[in-house]
Amino acid sequence: MASVSVPAERPGGLLRRPHATTGFWAWFTTVDHKKIGILYGITAFAFFLIGGTEALLIRVQLARPDQTFLDAAVYNELFTMHGITMVFLVVMPLSAAFFNYLLPLMIGARDVVFPRLNAFSYWAFLFAGLFIYSSWFLGGAPNGGWFGYAPNSVIDPTRGMTFYAIGLLIAGIASTVSAVNLAVTVLNMRAPGMTLFRMPVFVWMGLVVQLLLAFSLPVITIGLVELLFDRLFGTHFFDVSAGGSPVLWQHLFWLFGHPEVYILVLPAMGIVSEILPVFARKPLFGYQFVVFSGIAIGFIGFGVWAHHMFAVGLGPVANTAFAVSTMIIAIPTGVKIFNWLGTLWNGDIRFTTPMLFSIGFIAMFVIGGLSGVMHAVVPSDYQQTDTYFIVAHFHYVLFGGAIFGLFGGMYYWWPKVFGRMLSETAGKLNFWLMLIGFNMTFGPMHILGLQGMPRRIQSYPESLGLAFWNMVSTIGSFVIAISVLVFLVNAVASFRKPKQMEADPWDARTLEWATSSPPPEYNFEEIPVVHSRDDLWHRKYAETEGGRVVPVAAGGSGEGTYPDGAGHAAQDGAGHAGGHAIHMPSPSYFPVIAAAGLPVLGYGLLFGVPAVAVGLVITLAGFFGWALEPSAE
Amino acid sequence: MRRRTVVVLGLVALALVAAACAPNATQSALEPKGPEAQKSYDLFVPVFWVAVVIFFVVEGLLVLFVIRYRHRKNATRIPPQVHGNTRLEIAWTILPAVILAGVAVPTIATIWDLAAKPTGDILEVNVLGHQWWWEFDYPDQQILTANELHIPTGKPVYLTLCAVGFGYGAPVPSEGGPPAPSACQGPPDQPPPAAIGASVIHSFWVPELAGTQDVVPNQTNHLTIQADVPGVYEGQCKEFCGLSHTYMKFTVVAHTPDDFQRWVAEQQAPTPVPEPGSDAAAGLEVFLSRLPSGGGCTDCHAIAGIEGPNGQPILNNGGPNLTHLMSRQCFRGCTLATTDANLRRWMEDPSAIEAGSFMPDYGLSAEQLDQLVAFLNTLE
Amino acid sequence: MATLEHSAAAPVTDHAATSTGLPHLKLAMWLFLASDCLLFGALISTYVLYRGASTVGPYPADVFDIPYTSVSSFVLLASSLTMVLALAAIQRGDVGRSRVWLLATALLGMTFLGGQVYEFTSFVREGLTLKTNVFGTSFYVLTGFHGTHVAVGVLMLLTVFTLSFAGKINQDSSMTVELVGLYWHFVDIVWIVIFTVVYLIPTGSPAGG
Repeated sequence: MASVSVPAERPGGLLRRPHATTGFWAWFTTVDHKKIGILYGITAFAFFLIGGTEALLIRVQLARPDQTFLDAAVYNELFTMHGITMVFLVVMPLSAAFFNYLLPLMIGARDVVFPRLNAFSYWAFLFAGLFIYSSWFLGGAPNGGWFGYAPNSVIDPTRGMTFYAIGLLIAGIASTVSAVNLAVTVLNMRAPGMTLFRMPVFVWMGLVVQLLLAFSLPVITIGLVELLFDRLFGTHFFDVSAGGSPVLWQHLFWLFGHPEVYILVLPAMGIVSEILPVFARKPLFGYQFVVFSGIAIGFIGFGVWAHHMFAVGLGPVANTAFAVSTMIIAIPTGVKIFNWLGTLWNGDIRFTTPMLFSIGFIAMFVIGGLSGVMHAVVPSDYQQTDTYFIVAHFHYVLFGGAIFGLFGGMYYWWPKVFGRMLSETAGKLNFWLMLIGFNMTFGPMHILGLQGMPRRIQSYPESLGLAFWNMVSTIGSFVIAISVLVFLVNAVASFRKPKQMEADPWDARTLEWATSSPPPEYNFEEIPVVHSRDDLWHRKYAETEGGRVVPVAAGGSGEGTYPDGAGHAAQDGAGHAGGHAIHMPSPSYFPVIAAAGLPVLGYGLLFGVPAVAVGLVITLAGFFGWALEPSAE
Repeated sequence: MRRRTVVVLGLVALALVAAACAPNATQSALEPKGPEAQKSYDLFVPVFWVAVVIFFVVEGLLVLFVIRYRHRKNATRIPPQVHGNTRLEIAWTILPAVILAGVAVPTIATIWDLAAKPTGDILEVNVLGHQWWWEFDYPDQQILTANELHIPTGKPVYLTLCAVGFGYGAPVPSEGGPPAPSACQGPPDQPPPAAIGASVIHSFWVPELAGTQDVVPNQTNHLTIQADVPGVYEGQCKEFCGLSHTYMKFTVVAHTPDDFQRWVAEQQAPTPVPEPGSDAAAGLEVFLSRLPSGGGCTDCHAIAGIEGPNGQPILNNGGPNLTHLMSRQCFRGCTLATTDANLRRWMEDPSAIEAGSFMPDYGLSAEQLDQLVAFLNTLE
Repeated sequence: MATLEHSAAAPVTDHAATSTGLPHLKLAMWLFLASDCLLFGALISTYVLYRGASTVGPYPADVFDIPYTSVSSFVLLASSLTMVLALAAIQRGDVGRSRVWLLATALLGMTFLGGQVYEFTSFVREGLTLKTNVFGTSFYVLTGFHGTHVAVGVLMLLTVFTLSFAGKINQDSSMTVELVGLYWHFVDIVWIVIFTVVYLIPTGSPAGG
């Protein structure tokens, strides 16, 4: 790894900045977006394994009628934690991993706008996840569902839902702060010549997602605060006997919750929009439509929240309005599918693992989208809501959609990030097992829902005739588990390979492939000047008068090698651009410290005021150190 | 090879569909047995088939493109770099919009249809959701029962849905308290009684007769159900409501109109007095007494015509009204059949059967249990 | 041989080269404030939803002292004026004047907070606490969040005031003052909304007469 040039003067004392570049301390104090991205990825994947285990336990319990393998209390904790984990601790941070690593590279920047704030976001997320999971050992995990409907979530006497509220508040701080950071990065740090409409679609989706986060998280923040106050301080936000309304919780939750589902799926849509053109060897079909539909989804996404509440009794006017808005949002969502099909049409398709996952994404998302439209038909939703039909829908869009897209992204960018390829053979095995296992698990749930199986029940009687498809679903879940194991083995094995990767192994189109694999700490020797969309591709290929596409290489470096002078990993390891050293921000302790105070504060709210004071002091000390430590320059 | 794949896929699909129509499913939304459920179903089916067509078209194109445009060995051409086709893209934006508009119109019509209160000869019943059982109050017939909702066929039944209950916060009252208000509304000029304050959201769902509506504290929702033919229709709570949500079931028992009148008369019949000196009489004593562990049955359970220990009618309904208990096939959230063995098991250790149960374990002796069972058996 | 064109290497912290032309911190502050709008939107919506829903008193008409709160609102509004003057001074390079106006803003802010504390203690004495009814619950949490924002703003003002003595605040670094000013004006505008919606618009007769 390139070494970093350090400032000439290094003031002593507490505020001296750390300077490790390798080993544990380097990771602990890093402010480098690439390292932070990897940290997000590893942490999210660890939570994926835990959340998946929770799912397997649920499926074992439901494999046969009337089982008593898990009692009611544990079962309720398991499905609650499975939901919280997958939404907040897996898909969101896995998307954050990709955004963190790739957004600066794709726009030709050296890092994000506020690197220490970036580190803070990661550590706050990690501490939030650990905090929520510590509840298993400290009085019981959250057990009121990931959606925590009041009054049930208020009156539950175990500590779990307090852990839920505090943990998600901490995670919310992490995400809000990160959203501002990444949005400003995309808006303000683009390389010269990169107008908004020359940005890769993945960057566009990134921008939309950050804005969705910034505007939806405050709403659930208030909901969680109100829940916390009702639980801890005897307030009456959702207390019916004092005139409060439990429906208020639902409004606040879903005003966040619906944009949240687009936060969960738009990154994967961005990934697919990058992968398809590379392996079909032609540009994304209808870039502007895809970008505009992403923006439209962002806006309209704030206007459909009560479609999660059709059976609450809001009245026919509200139900009609939200049915219509929900149908409207199906249009930009569906349009993207046709654009992706258009990208494949007349292409030269190579079935690499990332391409397989992207095609799988399209296939599965279509199913999830169609069942979603069925829910918009309100009178049918009265039958579908709160049944396994809904469970099927959202797993098709969140697993068949988001997770498949994220796995495709992992296979695609693995060589860039780690300097090695994942095995294609194992990758294909991973894909096919996952596709089959996924459909076995969640396909039958459509049937189960329509045949009368509600959600969140720990068992069902023999007489309802639900046994067969439940057993199929359980078997499918174990096939998924095997496919994830295959991925793990593939990942670990890849590190045995030597770290020798060209800059552009896939013959790709976007700027991250213009620098070495992995990139140096400063990303690019020289910040590129951008002349078009897919700038890298246009530097490699041009069109002849006859419309044929030919390589531009006049010195015969051949396909796949990086252009000389840009991003070439300098032999001596030190970044030099135009003759002077590239200063990158120094590492820092203070983001970790500032983040560490938050769970302490949380434990204080649960167990005793002194910890609240301690937590506040730690966080404030962290912020003061952060403000006062010497800067990188 | 492609043709065989298609045939195989088709057969698989057919087999799946056949298996899906399980004959013994009794909570199926696909087997409407009344006009309300039929309306939901009649909207679902055409939308489903439209979705199936779209599925085959889109997935078909995907499969077609992926096969047709796959990279062939030795091919070196880079395909023409087509950036889009504005007219095509506009067309495939307008087409889904048109389809959705077509779906929206009957959807909206049905929303309003289902929301309207039925007119003419209807039966009105109040449905009260407790943790974790269903109570049914017939204001016109002065019947209060639980677990089984009896209705006549061929007539709309207009349900008023309310959430009631002790919940975790309020303790089981140790003396007489107010009854659940009828029509789910307390006196308009007073705050709701404390028993309602700690209740949670439930959802009333009997899929063969109607879609669901939630049961929300401090809100009065309505649902119309109607059965075409006599029978027993299964239902359960659909909104997660705590520890024993899974076991909050009920049945709707539909009778011919004559049989329904007979049921009403049976429910309105006075409660028989047990023979003095019998086990049943002893059981009645146990029922009315203050038990050594504190409290007693009458803290929560009322029986029409039986006066409490203070000589007044019992007004509590924290637990199901036990009048004519043995006329019901099921109890305990309709998860246990009303047999002697089950009644005994339940009274002996409620928490072992219902997680988080609010029915205390009164530490009843074997003799007391036998007597109570004998007494309950008289409540026909 | 294909090459990417080069530009002069731009260190991460280069102020001049931003794609929108807006400095990073300013863009970030605007985005943060936009996000904060939704925070207060949710709180104000809660308050409005529960208007008239309290089942027991005291009710707003029983406790509100509109003249008093008008004075403290005026104090906060005045602090926005002094904030503007502080920014104008530093942009002229007049650190001393700017310092005065910054301190004045902080003092006015603290006066406002003091006024709130006094107001709330008198409400509590009249029987309105967080737990009394939904009015107390939604009122205190809404104004509490706002008061916390004001307190953070006062801290920022005092910090900038202190840093000005160490020579850290001058005409070139006037953006720091501008950012604090943006935040401060936002907090002020939120108060105008709260004052109007909560205090000035009368609540109809409470539930139950």
